[in-house]
Amino acid sequence: MELRTIRAIPDPVLEITNLNLYYGTSRALKDITLSIPRKQVTAFIGPSGCGKSTLLRCFNRMNDLLDNVRIEGSITLDGEEITIPALDVISLRRRVGMVFQQSNPFPKSIYENIVYGLRIAGVKDKATLDETVEKSLRGAAIWDEVKDRLHESALGLSGGQAQRICIARAIAVNPEIILMDEPCSALDPIATAKIEELINELKEQYTVVIVTHNMQQAARVSDFTAFLYLGELIEFDDTKKIFTNPDNRHTEDYITGRFG
Amino acid sequence: MGTFRKQGEPKVWATAAALSATLLMIATLLVVVLVNGLGYFWPSDLTLAIMKDGSKLLGEITAREKATASHGERLQFKVGNRDLYGQDYRWVDRKDIATLSGPDDSVALERREHGNFYGFLKSLSLEGIKVAASPSPWYDMEKAVSLVADSRDKLSGTEKEMSKLNGEAEALRLKIQKLIYVKGDRTRIDALTRQREQLLSRFNTLLDRFNSETEELHRPKAVFTDASGEEKEIALIDIVRAWRPNSMGVFAKAAFYAGKIGEMLLDEPRESNTEGGLFPAIFGTVMMVILMSIFSLPFGVIAAVYLREYAREGVIVRLVRIAVNNLAGVPSIVYGVFGLGFFVYGIGSGIDAFFFPERLPTPTFGTGGILWASLTLALLTVPVVIVSTEEGLAAVPKGLREGSLSLGATKFQTLLKVVLPMATPGIMTGMILAMARAAGEVAPLMLVGVVKLAPSLPIDGTFPFFHMDRKFMHLGFHIYDVGFQSPNVEAAKPMVFVTTLLLLAIVITASSTAIVIRNRMKKKYATKAF
Repeated sequence: MELRTIRAIPDPVLEITNLNLYYGTSRALKDITLSIPRKQVTAFIGPSGCGKSTLLRCFNRMNDLLDNVRIEGSITLDGEEITIPALDVISLRRRVGMVFQQSNPFPKSIYENIVYGLRIAGVKDKATLDETVEKSLRGAAIWDEVKDRLHESALGLSGGQAQRICIARAIAVNPEIILMDEPCSALDPIATAKIEELINELKEQYTVVIVTHNMQQAARVSDFTAFLYLGELIEFDDTKKIFTNPDNRHTEDYITGRFG
Repeated sequence: MGTFRKQGEPKVWATAAALSATLLMIATLLVVVLVNGLGYFWPSDLTLAIMKDGSKLLGEITAREKATASHGERLQFKVGNRDLYGQDYRWVDRKDIATLSGPDDSVALERREHGNFYGFLKSLSLEGIKVAASPSPWYDMEKAVSLVADSRDKLSGTEKEMSKLNGEAEALRLKIQKLIYVKGDRTRIDALTRQREQLLSRFNTLLDRFNSETEELHRPKAVFTDASGEEKEIALIDIVRAWRPNSMGVFAKAAFYAGKIGEMLLDEPRESNTEGGLFPAIFGTVMMVILMSIFSLPFGVIAAVYLREYAREGVIVRLVRIAVNNLAGVPSIVYGVFGLGFFVYGIGSGIDAFFFPERLPTPTFGTGGILWASLTLALLTVPVVIVSTEEGLAAVPKGLREGSLSLGATKFQTLLKVVLPMATPGIMTGMILAMARAAGEVAPLMLVGVVKLAPSLPIDGTFPFFHMDRKFMHLGFHIYDVGFQSPNVEAAKPMVFVTTLLLLAIVITASSTAIVIRNRMKKKYATKAF
C-alpha cells in the first residue's frame, strides 16, 4: 500500500505496537501500530470485515471469549502490557468499559442494571450505590427520563434509552476508557443525535474509542480517526485532516463513497 | 384438481388431519375418564326388579346392552350384598323381568366390609346408646349410626396413643439391643428394660380398654331384609353411611356426592383399596414428585451448565451429550432394576450396616422406600432436565453475557446473575416434563418402594417427622393394583377411573402451575425486539 500516515500522539492512553491477530490461520489484523489519545474521541472507520471491531475488542480482551484467537505484538494501557495471558482481565475490564452494537440491558430494573458492576465488585453500601446510580444516569444524560422509574424493568425502555442505560452502566464502574462498538447502528436519527451529544460530553472525563460505519458520525463526534482496510491500518490522523485532505488514496475513495 | 395438488394442499390437509386425530384421541380419553370417574359417586336410584319366575332383586342399574341372542335388552344390576350372594353384579335379560319399580324405602348401606348392602330396614336394637325416639326407625338409625361413628373416632384416639407407646417401646428395645452389642453399662440396660416394661404394661391396660370399648360399640345393631326377604343383622359400627336414594332430592344427592368426594380426597382406603379414600396415594404421589424434583433439578441444571458453559466442545462432550439423550429413552423398568440394585441393596444396605445394625436383619434403608423411589425417578428424569436446561442456556443472547463480562464480571458471576435467571424458563420446561413423567411412572416404583397399602405416611408426628425409609402408596400403582390385581374386578372398576382422573388432575395441576410461572418469567426476561 502506498503512502501511510500514522499520526504520533503525545501522552497516549493506549499504545498498540505491531499488533497481529489470527483467527485460526487467517490473519485478521496486520501489524497495527497506533496510539489512542487520552480524553479524546477516536473513531475507527472502514468497510465491513476490515477488523475495526476486532481491534476494539483487543482493548478489553473480549476476544478471549473466542476459541483459537491468537495475538502477537503489544498493547499497553498507561504503559502496562495488557496482552499477556496472566493479566487480571477482570480489573482490565473495569478500566476499559464497553458499549455494544445492540443495546443489552440485563432483564433487571434500571437501578440494578446500573449498580451491576459495583455489586459484582462487592460494593454493598446503599448510599454509594444510590449516589453512583444518579451520577451515572446524569452522566449518560438519561437521569431526567428515568428518575421516576428506577425500579422498573430496563427492558421497557426504547432503543435509544436502553443504549444510554448501557453507557451509564459502563461509566458506573468509573473506567478510564469507553469502547463503543457501533453504538448507534440500531437507533433512529433522534436517538443517534442524543448519543452523539453524549459522546461529546463523555470525553471530558473519559477516553472514547468508537467503531462506526457512519462516516458523518465519525466526522461529527471524533477528534481522531483511524481508517482500517483489510486488517491494515491505512491512515490515522486528525479527523478534520482525514475528512478534508487524506493522504492516502484508499482513504479518500472510502470517505467519498467510491467503495465500502 | 391439478392446481389443488400443485399447491401442496393434500399435504396441508394431511397435517391438519393428523392433528385433529391426535386431539380427538386425547379428548376421547378425557371424556371417558371424566364420565366414568365423576359419575361413580352419584347416588343412583335403586330399582326393584320382580322376575317372571317370582324372584326379586334390588340394586342400581349400572349398564344396559343389546342382547344379540334374544333381540332384547340386558340390564346389569349392582345388587351388592356380597356376603349373601357371593357377587356384586348380575346381568338380567329384560324379557325375564315382570315389573321394575323404585321403592322409596329401599336402603343402600356402605359397609366397612363386604361392599354395599341394598335392602330394607326391618328393626333396630339400640343397646347401649340413647337416641331420642322418633316415629321413623330410619331417622333413629341415622342418628345412631352417627353416634356410633363419633365414639369410634374417639376410640381411634386411644389407638393412636397405643401406637405411640408401641413406637416408644420399640425405640427402647433397639437402644437396649445397641447397648448389649457394644457391651454397655449393665445398670443402664436394666433401667431401660424396666422403663420399657412400664411402657408395655401401660400399653396393655390401654389395649384392654380399647377391646372392651370396641366390643361395646358393636352392640347396637339393625336388621335388614334383602329383596327376597332374607334377614341380615348388621352392627351399626360397620356402616359407613346409609342412604335412601329413591327418596333423596337433587340437593341431598349433591351433598352426598360432595361428601363422597371429600372422603376420596381425605380418607384412607378400605376393602383392599377398592373403597374408601385415596389420601395416602395422593400424598405419596405428590411427595415423591416433589422429592424427585429436589434431587433431579439441581443435579440436571449443574450438569447442563458444565456441558454448555465450561466443557470444551469435542468428541467427549459430544459423546456425553449423545449418552444423555439416549438415557432419556431407556425403558423405565431398567431404571427400576438399577435403583433396586444400586440404591436399595447397595447404598441402603450399607447405611443399615453402618447406622442401624441393631435393627438387622429387619432392613431400614435396605428395602424400598420413598427416598430410593425418588432417587430412581430423579435418575430417570435428569436427562430431560439437562436437555432443556442446555437449550435454555443456548437461547440466552450472547450480547448479555458480553455486557456482563465487559463490566468486570467473572464467567461464574455472569452465569449466576445473568445467564441462569434468563434460562429459568427453559429449566422450568424441563421440570414440567420431568414432573409429568415422574408422576405417571409406575414400573420402576414397583421395585423400589411402592406398596399396595402403606401402614403410615412418609411424614407424620413421630420423630424425625420425615421418614424417608418408609414405603408409600402411589396413584399410578393404585390403578394397576385395584384394576388388575383386585379379586373383585367389577366392583373395583369405578375406582380405577376415579384414581385415573385424580392422577390426571394432579399432573395437570402441577404442570399448569409450572407453566403459568414459566410464562410469567418469560415475559419478564423477554428481550425487546427492535
